[in-house]
Amino acid sequence: MKLTRIALLVMTALCLALPASVFAKPVTINWWHAMRSARGEVVAKMIEEFNASQSDYKVVGTFKGNYDETMNAGVAAFRAKKQPHILQVFEVGTQTMMLSGAVYPVFELMKDTGYDIDWSRYLQAVLSYYMNADGNLVSMPFNSSTPIMYYNVDMFKKAGIAPLSKTEPVTWDELGEITKKLVQAGIAPAGMVTAWQSWTQIENYSAIHNTPFASKANGYEGLDCELEINNPMVVKHITRLKSWADDKRFMYGGQKYQGPKSEFIAQNAAIYIDSISGIAKLKKAVKDFKWDAAPLPIEAGTTPQNSIIGGASLWVLNGHTKEEYKGVAAFLKFLASNEMQEFWHKETGYFPITIDAYESLKAKGYYDSDPLQEVGISQLNRAIPTKISRGLRLGYFVQIRNIINEELEMVWNGKKSPQKALDDATARSNAQLKTFAKTYK
Amino acid sequence: MIKRSFFKSRYLPYLLILPQILVTLTFFYWPAIQGIIQSFLLSDPFGRKSTFVWFYNYIELFTDPLYLKSILITFIFSLATAAVSISLGLFIASMANRALKAKALVRTMLIWPYAVAPAISGIMWLFLLHPSYGIVAIAIKKSMGVDWNPVLYGTDAMIMIVMASAWKEVSYNFVFFVAGMQAVPKSLIEAAAIDGAGPFRRFWTITLPLLSPTFFFLMVMNIIYSFFETFGIIHTVTQGGPGGSTNILVYKVYQDGFVGLNLGSSSAQSVVLMSLIIIITFLQFKFVEKKVQYSG
Repeated sequence: MKLTRIALLVMTALCLALPASVFAKPVTINWWHAMRSARGEVVAKMIEEFNASQSDYKVVGTFKGNYDETMNAGVAAFRAKKQPHILQVFEVGTQTMMLSGAVYPVFELMKDTGYDIDWSRYLQAVLSYYMNADGNLVSMPFNSSTPIMYYNVDMFKKAGIAPLSKTEPVTWDELGEITKKLVQAGIAPAGMVTAWQSWTQIENYSAIHNTPFASKANGYEGLDCELEINNPMVVKHITRLKSWADDKRFMYGGQKYQGPKSEFIAQNAAIYIDSISGIAKLKKAVKDFKWDAAPLPIEAGTTPQNSIIGGASLWVLNGHTKEEYKGVAAFLKFLASNEMQEFWHKETGYFPITIDAYESLKAKGYYDSDPLQEVGISQLNRAIPTKISRGLRLGYFVQIRNIINEELEMVWNGKKSPQKALDDATARSNAQLKTFAKTYK
Repeated sequence: MIKRSFFKSRYLPYLLILPQILVTLTFFYWPAIQGIIQSFLLSDPFGRKSTFVWFYNYIELFTDPLYLKSILITFIFSLATAAVSISLGLFIASMANRALKAKALVRTMLIWPYAVAPAISGIMWLFLLHPSYGIVAIAIKKSMGVDWNPVLYGTDAMIMIVMASAWKEVSYNFVFFVAGMQAVPKSLIEAAAIDGAGPFRRFWTITLPLLSPTFFFLMVMNIIYSFFETFGIIHTVTQGGPGGSTNILVYKVYQDGFVGLNLGSSSAQSVVLMSLIIIITFLQFKFVEKKVQYSG
């Protein structure tokens, strides 16, 4: 009896010791991400492929909750010196990450580990969002999207409106006519509805018309920047939307849960502005009408710039060994490969981050069979990003978006004039920016 | 005769409460002190840079008119929630305290809502009162022509979250009121009945005064509940909107601290919140408790 027990103990000890000694080879690389359900499965598949493709490294992906939660987990882990190698952070956290001193910039990582990457073969509007002031890439773009305009084809047909072009944007004046027709004929209860109003109606509106959102090249060139959204152009745009709200051409559908998307799906609104990642969801959810997509509207007589992206990027964190960083670099390179990018783009609707992946899909005729997927890409690629249209680099950006949301809601419910609301949003945001700059002084 | 056990060792009682003290120290005092320290600092989320800034965070807070509005909103919200849930709880309890068949079943059913998570309660009320897909909202719009829209109008949103929060707390109040009513001596009620007092008068002059300790306790509990535990409801239903009209203090702390990573301001807000609760509880004990009778 006693002997068997000892034998058992020895066996167990051996079993435990074995993997450590014999299979110690693959270096583990931890990746914390915020990709849930369908997108999470796609991520898991990419990791699986990478692990199967070589035997030196083993990537372990961990879902850490939504974007806020993932970033918080990363921050807490870094403070406890238990940080992962790769952390997925949403675009509004970019400035905080860049200033954190916790990051191994991607361009350095690639150089140090001997990867020669031609960054010019990446989608520039995506890449430039994550560049530092010197034009070097700090984090690896991963899931990037941009807003486009969805519309209810059946309602358009009923009102006798021609389908919209997938490359040439309509003007806001034309959209006004379209929504008027739809509402006055009683075809749609409301004309348009928009998700993420700060992102779609102010950030992207400004970028497309090459109007600064904030000073210092939208914050890229210094922390002492200030918001400039109370300019005549944005005020005019918001005033127009308010007048549309009054005659039902625009309907405020609330924030996330309260769902502008559900208004579109329930056919309460004929036009819906949201991220390209909405394509996949609409394909699943809409059963009883036909819909299509078009680029965001522009002002008459202007040449539109690229739109701004949203989404998240991958940050490599400090404090690991050289060996591990080699694996990180290999993995990032792998993610950027044509095969992975095509897969990612097809499955999720997010952009392929390289021009090669896009062109290869094009050559295969993917966009002929699924032209919707190209609307966002051509909107993003229609111009070389300027200093103003490349993106936003603001501290406390989450709070700033909240402030803008609050102030816009006061416009929609008639408590404030557009000018007053945008003045207040600017002043309140500037107070936040001042505090942020003070923190990093 | 109640049998009391006692311990000879002088240290044993201390040893026995030690775990509780440790828990309180680690999970309350230590974070509270950390919060107070943090509120005087401006620091980046990664903790690599901290500057001592005296009262900067507090000054920024109190010069922000919206923060003062948020305090006001919190008071309106918690008073409304407490008033609705306590009066409903009392009403239902007095009904359930009568001679009912299947008393136990009725009471158990009435307690259930308390077990529902705040977030679920919020979503449920959203399905009732959302202007586009809320069953009740659509019904009142059609039948009465009321332009009910909590997505757009602050007052409507406030009414919605008060209902969602109060609904959950009614059960809690109900349990305590029923227990309190059970403790009212039958002889008093019967004597009053013989003297010719009607049911309402009996309730008003006998039951209610005897319930006042319960009342007071529930007042404190309900206010603390609406200050802190309604977070899930706000988060799922309004997210502080529209236009910040339902942005109660605890939600703002979360928004600025957890989502926005502005640790200094969020800590200052927590300190303000903590002070408010201390003041409220103190005032309640000092003034309200005097009027509470603990003996029949």
